[in-house]
Amino acid sequence: MEASQFPKGDFRAPVPVIQEGHSYRSVTDKLTNLVLTPNTPVVWFAIMGVAFILLTGLAVSVSYLLLKGIGIWGNNIPVGWAFDIINFVWWIGIGHAGTLISAILLLFKQDWRTSINRFAEAMTLFAVLCAALFPLIHTGRPWLAAYWLFPYPNTMGLWPNFRSPLIWDVFAVSTYASVSAIFWFVGLIPDLATFRDKTASPILKKVFGVAALGWRGSAIHWARYEKAYLLLAGISTPLVLSVHTVVSFDFAVSVLPGWHATIFPPYFVAGAIYAGFAMVLTLAIPLRAIYKLHDFITIRHIENMAKITLVTGMIVVYGYACEAFFGWYSGTEYERFMLKNRIYYGPMAWSYWLLMLCNFIVPQILWSKRLRRNLVAVFTVAMFVNVGMWLERFVIIVTSLHRDFLPSSWDMYYPTIWDFMTLAGTIGLFTTLMFLFVRVLPLISIFEVRTMLPEAQVKAPSEGGSH
Amino acid sequence: MAHTKTETPFYGLMAEFDSAQALIDAADKVRRAGYTKADAYSPFPIHGLAEALGFHERHVAPVVLCAGITGALAGYSLEYWTQVIDWPMNIGGRPFHAWVSFIPPAFETTILFAAFSAVIGMLAMNGLPQPYHPVFNVPRFERASQDGFFLAIEATDPKFDADATKQFLSSLHPREVVQVDH
Repeated sequence: MEASQFPKGDFRAPVPVIQEGHSYRSVTDKLTNLVLTPNTPVVWFAIMGVAFILLTGLAVSVSYLLLKGIGIWGNNIPVGWAFDIINFVWWIGIGHAGTLISAILLLFKQDWRTSINRFAEAMTLFAVLCAALFPLIHTGRPWLAAYWLFPYPNTMGLWPNFRSPLIWDVFAVSTYASVSAIFWFVGLIPDLATFRDKTASPILKKVFGVAALGWRGSAIHWARYEKAYLLLAGISTPLVLSVHTVVSFDFAVSVLPGWHATIFPPYFVAGAIYAGFAMVLTLAIPLRAIYKLHDFITIRHIENMAKITLVTGMIVVYGYACEAFFGWYSGTEYERFMLKNRIYYGPMAWSYWLLMLCNFIVPQILWSKRLRRNLVAVFTVAMFVNVGMWLERFVIIVTSLHRDFLPSSWDMYYPTIWDFMTLAGTIGLFTTLMFLFVRVLPLISIFEVRTMLPEAQVKAPSEGGSH
Repeated sequence: MAHTKTETPFYGLMAEFDSAQALIDAADKVRRAGYTKADAYSPFPIHGLAEALGFHERHVAPVVLCAGITGALAGYSLEYWTQVIDWPMNIGGRPFHAWVSFIPPAFETTILFAAFSAVIGMLAMNGLPQPYHPVFNVPRFERASQDGFFLAIEATDPKFDADATKQFLSSLHPREVVQVDH
């Protein structure tokens, strides 16, 4: 439907991906000036200040952990896994939206991805970094993690056990981190060249020049570049689906009621994308306001992301329904007990209902087009989903573990201050990295935005024409 | 490149155009005129531009395919060698050669090798990183990463003739034609 088909000011009229009236120069100037300026928004300092305090908390809590061991955390048998794995799964899930936007939406030719893919990819990278911290520190002795996690020829001749999902996880997450990093960097190369050519500072010219690898925008280079980029997108698509699938295997391959379910891989992947889009919205809405990116991140982007959030949210809810159905239909005493314990008579049933509120009930408001276009409403839903997806992992991990097969081994789980400090600390780490990125690198892909402009649309020269 | 420096007094001639359409039309004429060592420069990928210059190489995809297969074999071999040959361990009575369990890591190494080969292969074929290139000697060339569209014909082109080529480029209605020094 064209915008002209609607009366003026009608909220149903479609919004363009890039606001009209931009040229190559105005796009380039606007997006490079965000970085190549001595002026930093005051809000940036405020956010960095808070983030840095949290990051300091992370440094303190990790140092104390290394000094004392993982006994400072609340997890103990039977709840051997708690905040460390919850946070790991939460962060790695958040990362998935970045790859979905940059790879899957590219393959589906969704042109609106162009304005959001760059910072979503950065978000992926930093979220995976936060996630990777947990498997490392949850060993308590990360200096030994090298031979526990990676197959390298060590003096003991020991190898990791490849029949365990935990080692699959190491491969999936490290591959994901590496591939996300190069995908992101390849996307940055032409924009770094723009920075090199636009900056007035001779030092920055050298820095950006080295980072841009001498990119000169040659047609032949672009042809290979586009091919490589498309292939990377094609490769990243099964990768991103595999990562959370493998993460879900950590649980599904075990025999614990509440974990041992075949729905886990698709349900985890949908949950990851759900959490990730909520985080992209959490970042996009403030960044758009701080840097006045209304021409590039239009209400159409917000609305489309809200729609994906709603759809993946409903898939996740379907997963909850399946889990409940499997538990009941299995007829197994332990499965049925697990469900009742999780949903109503367990001491942690509150977390299940809070999860339902956050992940099921609140996002339903996104069915309304008016609310999908309301920034406050979308941001609020995104915050609920951020919390809800964390709670989901809490429900799966803690409530399944704390009452297993033998009542004599049941126990409660209480997190300690160090658990909370570490979680808050990774949020600080993530925010610090994200805002540093926004300050020093282009948060929107400049060259891809140029391709969206009407003047960039060319007709191929006619074959065998008059000349 | 070092050897071209000694052979020609300058790198080539460069014309600047106003729009992406003008550049692709000019590139087409350059190819039809028989030039083989020409390249166009633009601030974003223009579909069909490389083809208009007569570039039809398709090497990135086969490189990625080979690397992917290598990655799969490398990952699986690592698993087989460590679990079955070097130090077989009985864990939970599962078979040493548990091929189903070996799929996820082998899948990940496939992706890893393929992705890195796509990037490294693309950069290597493009000759990047390249610290110096003569086209940067043109003062206005800094616009090639912003809003400028350029086309350069190298002096090493067999059809190149300083005067005739300059005249030919001028006939394509560029903004200007300049000499590119080494």
